[in-house]
Amino acid sequence: MAEVQELKQIASQVRRDIVRMVHAVQSGHPGGSLGCTDFLTALYFNIMEHNPKFSMNGVNEDLFFLSNGHISPVFYSVLAHSGYFDKKELSTFRRLNSRLQGHPTTHEHLPGVRVASGSLGQGMSVAIGAALAKKLNKDSHVVYSLHGDGELDEGQNWEAIMFAGHHKVDNLISTIDHNGQQIDGPTDVVMKLGDLRVKFESFGWQVLEMDGNDMDDTIRGLNEARSYVGKGKPIAIIMKTVMGKGVDFMEGHHEWHGIAPSDEQLAKALAQLPETLGDY
Amino acid sequence: MLKDIQVQNEKETRGGFGEGIYEIGKENPDVVVLTADLAGSMKLGPFIKDFPERYVQCGIAEANMIGIAAGLTIGGKIPYTTTFANFSTGRVYDQIRQSVAYSGKNVKICASHAGLTLGEDGATHQILEDIGLMRMLPGMTVIVPCDFNQTKAATKAIAAYEGPVYLRFGRPKWPNFTKEDGSDFVIGKAQVLNEGTDISIFACGHLVWKAIEAGRILEEKGYSVELINIHTIKPLDEEAIVKSITKTGCAVTCEEHNVLGGLGDSVAHVASRHFPVPIEYVGTNDTFGESGKPSELLTKYGLDTPDIVAAAENALARKKK
Repeated sequence: MAEVQELKQIASQVRRDIVRMVHAVQSGHPGGSLGCTDFLTALYFNIMEHNPKFSMNGVNEDLFFLSNGHISPVFYSVLAHSGYFDKKELSTFRRLNSRLQGHPTTHEHLPGVRVASGSLGQGMSVAIGAALAKKLNKDSHVVYSLHGDGELDEGQNWEAIMFAGHHKVDNLISTIDHNGQQIDGPTDVVMKLGDLRVKFESFGWQVLEMDGNDMDDTIRGLNEARSYVGKGKPIAIIMKTVMGKGVDFMEGHHEWHGIAPSDEQLAKALAQLPETLGDY
Repeated sequence: MLKDIQVQNEKETRGGFGEGIYEIGKENPDVVVLTADLAGSMKLGPFIKDFPERYVQCGIAEANMIGIAAGLTIGGKIPYTTTFANFSTGRVYDQIRQSVAYSGKNVKICASHAGLTLGEDGATHQILEDIGLMRMLPGMTVIVPCDFNQTKAATKAIAAYEGPVYLRFGRPKWPNFTKEDGSDFVIGKAQVLNEGTDISIFACGHLVWKAIEAGRILEEKGYSVELINIHTIKPLDEEAIVKSITKTGCAVTCEEHNVLGGLGDSVAHVASRHFPVPIEYVGTNDTFGESGKPSELLTKYGLDTPDIVAAAENALARKKK
């Protein structure tokens, strides 16, 4: 289990991978990927019990579902560095005949991915199903999911949130990446989210908040979330992040949701992100 | 001869689903049943009573139900989702496409109240496009059984059949004539109900019985009728279709579905590639339904016994030209 200093080093490498992957193919979503890097690094290198010798059913291990599939670069990088597949494969991202599709899929059998995502709003339902299967299997491990805040515009989330509260799915920890940005602009302008804590609580969830770009607070928050498992309520983490975190000119700009850096911008970005584990 | 087919009783095909799901639930501890506030209509009572821990009430939220079913497969469960056909398919197409079909999940989408024979509730509920929607999805198996016994057999058989399945059945009481033990049902294998040499009739679902009635009339008129129940629309038993049309030289397709995209198009697709013959379609003609009694609706929309007889005579006439 990696501690905070090491986690920060891994996160720096993951961020390098993200901007390099998106730059190489001039396509992809760097903003949300960079914002969620600390969270996914903490999850895979400190919090989750998981087996890189991948099995689809994932019995007796913790599971993670990425609902906002467009942040695939961060997911792929973390999976590669966790040992699910060779990091060299990151160079195939979004290219023809790759297992690293634009949005994560199971179709090409990439280890570590358990469901396709990309069409938004579906991941929480899938995570609930996996959590119910764990209960039926008497498997005490936890199911994690990640969702964009803009993604909560999709109505299916609210069906899932209502279901999980009603059925007391208390082995589910769903994190909302609350960066306040979506493609067309700030969430407050595109579609107001209101008070997310109050909304989740009124549906019967245990809610906590954390700073998803502060590794200490991310570890604290995820451990606190785990402490609520098995206590009769699904758990939501409202995670404050900054879109584009770690690359100064991308930070906080929704324009970086889905565009690639130029050669010059790549150089500027990499200068801010030390290579720690070796580039792919 | 078609007149030799014996009707055992009249029962709802959805009742066959209810019995089938109870029996397979008893045999296979991985079977989980989900519903979207239609447990009664889907005949889930006995399953819920004996296996409450494997029953998931989703409320009126079909999209979430499909996603939960996909998730349940991760952990080795065999989820059956249950609601009306319209809410099983059209309402949740993208959820099925991404979370089930593209993700290759072992979800069984079980749909009652399909087609016009839903009756009085009208067109909002009478989906006539679902076979087309589902067969378009890569990797999806589509099964439309013809009676109570066959629906029961199919419900049980799909548990051991890996991959996503759409199972379509209906609401009304209907003649029940296939084998009670279901031994005449094999997924993907067309069921030859009568061999003949003048014309092939391919039918699915409730219209198999109407095709039997039509075939009897055609036999009385002196024609030799080959009647084949295509209960599995996908994967389609192409060999059986080609073998039959090569022999008869013309065909009629019968389905409680739009003529666009369903059984008729499936058969025509095979014929056009292997052995083109005149084919007449019996189905709804690119229209929505309306309220009415099932029998009235089948008559008004051209899906009744005389319509099949007329279509067969047209196909026979075209063959002679």
